[in-house]
Amino acid sequence: MNLNQSAPPVPPFGQPQPAYLGHHQSSYGGQPGSTTAPTSYGAYNGPVPGYQQTPPPGVSRAPPSSGAPPASTAQGPCGQTAYGQFGQGDVQNGPSSTVQMQRLPGYQPFGSAILAPVVSQPAVLQPYGPPPTSAQVTAQLAGMQISGAVAPASPPSGLGYGPPTSLASASGSFPNSGLYGSYPQGQAPPLGQPQGHPGAQPPQRSVPLQASSFTPPASGGPRMPSMTGPLLPGQSFGGPPVSQPNHVSSPAPQVLPPGTQMTGPPGPPPPPMHSSQQPGYQLQQNGSYGPTRGPQSNYGSPYPGAAAFGSQPGPPQPLPPKRLDPDAIPSPIQVIEDDRNNRGSEPFVTGVRGQVPPLVTTNFLVKDQGNASPRYIRCTSYNIPCTSDMAKQAQVPLAAVIKPLARLPPEEASPYVVDHGESGPLRCNRCKAYMCPFMQFVEGGRRFQCCFCSCINDVPPQYFQHLDHTGKRVDAYDRPELSLGSYEFLATVDYCKNNKFPSPPAFIFMIDVSYNAIRSGLVRLLCEELKSLLDFLPSWVVEKVATVGNNVTFYREGGAEESAVRVGFVTYNKVLHFYNVKSSLAQPQMMVVSDVGDMFVPLLDGFLVNVNESQAVITSLLDQIPEMFADTRETETVFAPVIQAGMEALKAAECAGKLFLFHTSLPIAEAPGKLKNRDDRKLINTDKEKTLFQPQTGAYQTLAKECVAQGCCVDLFLFPNQYVDVATLSVVPQLTGGSVYKYACFQVENDQERFLSDLRRDVQKVVGFDAVMRVRTSTGIRAVDFFGAFYMSNTTDVELAGLDGDKTVTVEFKHDDRLNEESGALLQCALLYTSCAGQRRLRIHNLALNCCTQLADLYRNCETDTLINYMAKFAYRGVLNSPVKTVRDTLITQCAQILACYRKNCASPSSAGQLILPECMKLLPVYLNCVLKSDVLQPGAEVTTDDRAYVRQLVTSMDVAETNVFFYPRLLPLVRLSAGTKSPIENTTEPPAVRASEERLSNGDIYLLENGLNLFLWVGASVQQGVVQSLFGVSSFSQITSGLSVLPVLDNLLSKKVRGLIDSLRAQRSRYMKLIVVKQEDKLATLFKHFLVEDKSLSGGASYVDFLCHMHKEIRQLLS
Amino acid sequence: MATYLEFIQQNEERDGVRFSWNVWPSSRLEATRMVVPLACILTPLKERPDLPPVQYEPVLCSRPTCKAILNPLCQVDYRAKLWACNFCFQRNQFPPAYAGISEVNQPAELMPQFSTVEYVIQRGAQSPLIFLYVVDTCLEEDDLQALKESLQMSLSLLPPDAMVGLITFGRMVQVHELSCEGISKSYVFRGTKDLTAKQIQDMLGLTKPAMPVHPVRPAQPQEHPSISSRFLQPIHKIDMNLTDLLGELQRDPWPVPQGKRPLRSTGVALSIAVGLLEGTFPNTGARIMLFIGGPPTQGPGMVVGDELKVPIRSWHDIEKDNARFMKKATKHYEMLANRAAANGHCVDIYACALDQTGLLEMKCCTNLTGGHMVMGDSFNTSLFKQTFQRIFSKDFNGNFRMAFGATLEVKTSRELKVAGAIGPCVSLNVKGPCVSENELGVGGTSQWKICGLDPTSTLGIYFEIVNQHNAPIPQGGRGAIQFVTHYQHSSTQRRIRVTTIARNWADAQSQLKHIEAAFDQEAAAVLMARLGVFRAESEEGPDVLRWLDRQLIRLFMFHLRRSPFLQVFNNSPDESSYYRHHFARQDLTQSLIMIQPILYSYSFHGPPEPVLLDSSSILADRILLMDTFFQIVIYLGETIAQWQKAGYQDMPEYENFKHLLQAPLDDAQEILHARFPMPRYVSTEHGGSQARFLLSKVNPSQTHNNLYAWGQETGAPILTDDVSLQVFMDHLKKLAVSSAC
Repeated sequence: MNLNQSAPPVPPFGQPQPAYLGHHQSSYGGQPGSTTAPTSYGAYNGPVPGYQQTPPPGVSRAPPSSGAPPASTAQGPCGQTAYGQFGQGDVQNGPSSTVQMQRLPGYQPFGSAILAPVVSQPAVLQPYGPPPTSAQVTAQLAGMQISGAVAPASPPSGLGYGPPTSLASASGSFPNSGLYGSYPQGQAPPLGQPQGHPGAQPPQRSVPLQASSFTPPASGGPRMPSMTGPLLPGQSFGGPPVSQPNHVSSPAPQVLPPGTQMTGPPGPPPPPMHSSQQPGYQLQQNGSYGPTRGPQSNYGSPYPGAAAFGSQPGPPQPLPPKRLDPDAIPSPIQVIEDDRNNRGSEPFVTGVRGQVPPLVTTNFLVKDQGNASPRYIRCTSYNIPCTSDMAKQAQVPLAAVIKPLARLPPEEASPYVVDHGESGPLRCNRCKAYMCPFMQFVEGGRRFQCCFCSCINDVPPQYFQHLDHTGKRVDAYDRPELSLGSYEFLATVDYCKNNKFPSPPAFIFMIDVSYNAIRSGLVRLLCEELKSLLDFLPSWVVEKVATVGNNVTFYREGGAEESAVRVGFVTYNKVLHFYNVKSSLAQPQMMVVSDVGDMFVPLLDGFLVNVNESQAVITSLLDQIPEMFADTRETETVFAPVIQAGMEALKAAECAGKLFLFHTSLPIAEAPGKLKNRDDRKLINTDKEKTLFQPQTGAYQTLAKECVAQGCCVDLFLFPNQYVDVATLSVVPQLTGGSVYKYACFQVENDQERFLSDLRRDVQKVVGFDAVMRVRTSTGIRAVDFFGAFYMSNTTDVELAGLDGDKTVTVEFKHDDRLNEESGALLQCALLYTSCAGQRRLRIHNLALNCCTQLADLYRNCETDTLINYMAKFAYRGVLNSPVKTVRDTLITQCAQILACYRKNCASPSSAGQLILPECMKLLPVYLNCVLKSDVLQPGAEVTTDDRAYVRQLVTSMDVAETNVFFYPRLLPLVRLSAGTKSPIENTTEPPAVRASEERLSNGDIYLLENGLNLFLWVGASVQQGVVQSLFGVSSFSQITSGLSVLPVLDNLLSKKVRGLIDSLRAQRSRYMKLIVVKQEDKLATLFKHFLVEDKSLSGGASYVDFLCHMHKEIRQLLS
Repeated sequence: MATYLEFIQQNEERDGVRFSWNVWPSSRLEATRMVVPLACILTPLKERPDLPPVQYEPVLCSRPTCKAILNPLCQVDYRAKLWACNFCFQRNQFPPAYAGISEVNQPAELMPQFSTVEYVIQRGAQSPLIFLYVVDTCLEEDDLQALKESLQMSLSLLPPDAMVGLITFGRMVQVHELSCEGISKSYVFRGTKDLTAKQIQDMLGLTKPAMPVHPVRPAQPQEHPSISSRFLQPIHKIDMNLTDLLGELQRDPWPVPQGKRPLRSTGVALSIAVGLLEGTFPNTGARIMLFIGGPPTQGPGMVVGDELKVPIRSWHDIEKDNARFMKKATKHYEMLANRAAANGHCVDIYACALDQTGLLEMKCCTNLTGGHMVMGDSFNTSLFKQTFQRIFSKDFNGNFRMAFGATLEVKTSRELKVAGAIGPCVSLNVKGPCVSENELGVGGTSQWKICGLDPTSTLGIYFEIVNQHNAPIPQGGRGAIQFVTHYQHSSTQRRIRVTTIARNWADAQSQLKHIEAAFDQEAAAVLMARLGVFRAESEEGPDVLRWLDRQLIRLFMFHLRRSPFLQVFNNSPDESSYYRHHFARQDLTQSLIMIQPILYSYSFHGPPEPVLLDSSSILADRILLMDTFFQIVIYLGETIAQWQKAGYQDMPEYENFKHLLQAPLDDAQEILHARFPMPRYVSTEHGGSQARFLLSKVNPSQTHNNLYAWGQETGAPILTDDVSLQVFMDHLKKLAVSSAC
């Protein structure tokens, strides 16, 4: 940031560009043929080549990583120790329960990179290459710092800004131009500096941070201390302190990873180049480190360094490039990798209050020891400020992202089902909280104190049990509700609608048979599929596991039996056709209801049937539907009456259920809920833009309300050829906990697989019906706001007509009193629902959080991914009521306030020009930027109104993992698969991702990009022919069909591997991702570039670097 | 006066017409003094096996306001090939086809014996017969089963090219599409919502001609390429389909909670049926056959709510203005009836239930369109089954005894005007020179529409003599009336039947005797009774009686006064409607039976003999057979009953007793065989509960009040407070003498 700020930059800028070009070439071209490398680079290049040797960056990394360890060892004691610790930390993270430790590790990777330069310069260098490299690195660092310094020089103020703007203009051409341009120069300086650094190696760390530490003394001085103090210091910024703990435990091997990471940044040839900016970057990192670091004081020192930078204006100028080095700024990839390495190996045990779980991108197992698994609940912060003042000051939203019916990996057992017999689950008399492990038994076990409201309740005789010497019930471990974070109760009749046990739910398939649907082949395809799909309806059977005491039985989800779900069929265009498929009929009966204005269900008996019993009739029906309408000319459709009909059918059958609607067009036929085409792109960026997201008519809300009352969940599959007003059509699915799937311009050949796959999953997935969710909290905080796909008729109960394992509810909390550090804060999420078998159940999730009186604790226990999930949902809801610009500004402001608060209260004092990010939030800017430039908040020209509305509602119920990848797509280099050292077949894991920037694309490589909804295969123009041949079965790049959606099945390793990878990626997502093959420089490439979120977007979204600068400026404004 | 009697009978047989007066008073003044108006009973399609239809079209008078049809009364100038209209005196040229006409070569319509001629119209598309079944599914299982069988049976009776359609209803109304293979389709309507014809047609997809029924397949040769083909199909095409469909028909599946009536959407179902035909076959003969097993309980046309604790309206409720649905329902059905009538469609109602089914409200549907109304206890009775079967009975030519979409036009000579008609018809509102300003029955027009009629359908037509007293008619002058009935024959031909009659004028002062002698008491009775019933439908009962009493004093009136046509006591509103319905359409003989039931007595003393409809006729050693038109009652006297119980009839030596028992049964069978609708057949004995049918009809000459006064004479005392004929007559005599009336 500093960089940006640096006033001087401007001039530098101009220069940079040319330099940049050169640089750019060198870096990128480097591989292909970086003919024109600035002389200054020469040195630099030197190293680069070394790296480059292995074209793919990954490769380069590898070596470094390996090198790293030695390096660390080589390093001075401090550094080494630090390093070692790091490594350990990483390793240990898993085991170590302390949040901080864990954090650090994650952090460390990052830090490590930085550190590398500083502390372990040798090490770093070594990996890369001999001393020179190290020198370079340092140099780069220095450069960065310098730039940073520069920034300070031209202080904060406009500079930061100026640059960006200028950049923007400069960059008009695209990506690199401005920003990158600066790089080269930056690098140049580094080069020079490196040398200086070597000398100051010890201080290096400080140097990096300080950018320039430039002045060894200053920076070095301070840092040293800090570093020395704790081993961490070495990591210094990296959150050494924290990390250290982790590190400590971490075994050497892990060290390596850190090293890798460290090297990572430098590793890739380009990075080094950028490194010039790194300084600034580092600062950030440092910043982040700082925060993370326990010792802020350390920070302080680093900062000074920064200050020094500021003073260093001089140097920067010489190093005109003020651009931040993209490699220096916090890298999501790095963070993810680090967390994976550090925390992926050990199970996450939930016994301890307030632990921050591993990132969503990390594969880990969970052991429930009293708190709900992070798969069920994730919080923005696991340490809540004790007072609302603190919370207000920090501006960190306190929110939990709850996925009550989340699917668990096979290794983890689903929650126990507890049957308390007729008395039902035990609850607090006052606040009605359910029995949970946090309840305190007193008076020898005769009473218990509610952990939420402190009310003392009697223990009913049949539940009585003696306490042991620690005050725990003797049977605590025999009872899930006393020992686990998540479990279920069988509900008694009191928990049922109308005091009647529910009947099993029903699925109604409602198929548009208008001209469009028939012509596209949809109806035929769908009917064909349903014939087999219906044999796989969800069943949810419980098995008795054990019986304890009186009437207490545990069950567990068990084997599948015949599904209890009944099915019904409706087709429609302008009118509705119901089908009687009673098993006793010789042939199905069709009943047409034309009175769409006043919908009703024409039959009772025979509409909803058991699939097995009516198999023959259903098959006959599905055979005939496509035939019956084959000649249809009807193009108009209705919509609201269709939902109404389904809902009425469920009402008549007195059961809950789900409607599967397959719809093609804007419902313009005369009927309630009739819509008109109101798509008006001119509204974009006006105050009326919000109307594009609002439903056209209130009729759908009313309808949705009725649906919810009936437990009627609506899943909508859209197949539009043009505008269908998704904003309005999705209202009912949205409010009933349903899903919307959209297949624009559906063609059977191209989209069949995606649609069928989604359909299968959607039909088979386990759903809870007619659900009510309530989140109870201990005194002091209160759930005040809810986001997701549901309906609320009051302020506390989340009503869900249906809830499946993919749906998430985000809950925001606010203080209404003081919290107590001792007792922490408790959440209990209770979900009352009807299972697919028609059983009424209560699912309980408990989670205990820490409370803090120090803001630093808050910042140390945050989770950025969750935060982004919350902020995105908040913003996406905001667009309904406010102009998009306001929403964007609000987000930026809030983010700036969060960071400024940190800077002000937690970071050690330092130059105002230095951007300091909390370790846990160092990715906040990049992710936030992704949110800001998402289609909803900043639509590009090719994004339709429907797309925006679609995405808007999708995001509303996404969980953290989905938002994470949705906003920051994964970009996986592929050729490495075949060219790597390991055999592609054996190496089944995914290749490490690279950052989503065009800069990272090598035209000799092939990449997969996925964001949970889209999947691209990007083929570089100069990819080896052999690769092309083995993947696509054609002989040259030019013969590859652009837009291809299926890879040919070829019998070679690469092909198998890639297809395997694609399959595994798809398996990870709740929706099938259709593959699109994009050729470099092809017309589809524009579309692809849209997903390279670190770059400037065509629609005006800022690049990561620019945005970071902007953030910094905002923060500084807040601070000043 | 044997000649007059013969004349009357001859006329009736030839023309199906009986006049109250067969010599007409020549002025208005005189006519009004006659009390009984000049009127006639007309059976337009009286079966005439001896009358072959002529295969050409009638010749019309060229005067646009007249258009009378050439008839034997016209003066013909054979040489000039001219004829003079006997109604307007217009001279007309014969058309070219009559070029060869001469005294010896006359067309049929000029021959005096052909006062009634039937023409067959050759041009114009022939439209098939259309039968639309509207079936209530809220029935008991066996009732529904019986009905289904009857319906399936009826399919076999229909001509192969007849079009059929099916609508079923219960809580919802389903219009079945008959053309589909592999899947049975139906359009479903909510039973609670009144829809306009336009809406119904929209919803059935009838309004969009673009709807391609068979866009690709070669269009089948079909007389009616109409869009309606989905719902109305020639029977030969969908015979199997429809049979299966009927076979699979289930009871209305919606649960009926305890204490509730099933929800029955009769009003909407009928509305849809009318709307469907209106949209597809306007002005084509069609029959909507509505089968109901209970009252409409929801939606427009509902007659009673679904709460069983609230009984259906009775006369008592109606008098106290306590029938909350009646007016609205009546309005609904009247609206439907008028629409159906306007399109030439007739509506039959077959109501089979133990309780009332709302015939009171629905009666207009049959009364205005000429449809049948059949009332029974269950579809699973021979009464219904045979009645229904009889609908499809055929005449000597193998054609159905039914005709559709008829218009009856009446033309009169100048001295006369037509005042109205009473019968299963609606006014076409055609004002003309021969329309009287005074209305009797449905008046104000010279044309009526009769959507459905059969050979027995009979109308009462009332005239007014308008000739002024001071404009005497020349001696020997004759008044003429021409009845022109256009109709669709069941063989799908369009036909015109023309009946032209003439009667002598007589001056009431000078020739009163002639007039008196030419009075047809029976016709007059029926005509007056029709007037009475017509009034009873629209006015309060007592007022009608008073009016009738004022009008005439005749024997039959005693029974008419007691008949269910005027008295509602002891009858439900539905029954009253039912009886009146039939009274207004049956011919003279049947009408007379209705007014004064026939009682035959069987005994060992001689052949069966008609006896007085009097309690004194009820004797212990007699068997009585009473025919009230609606009921056939066989009553065994006390002794006979005892003998029968003792089993004498089974003993060979008492074979004569067996024959005695059998005789009335045979006679009853004969009556049953010919009657439509099937009468209720009651076999009872002295003291039997069913004997009430007899006891309620006979003149209570012996009651518990006067029993002893009459000594130990034979006969059975009737427990009633009704006055006997004797008392009635005494009272009348007194009145006749004392009052100026």
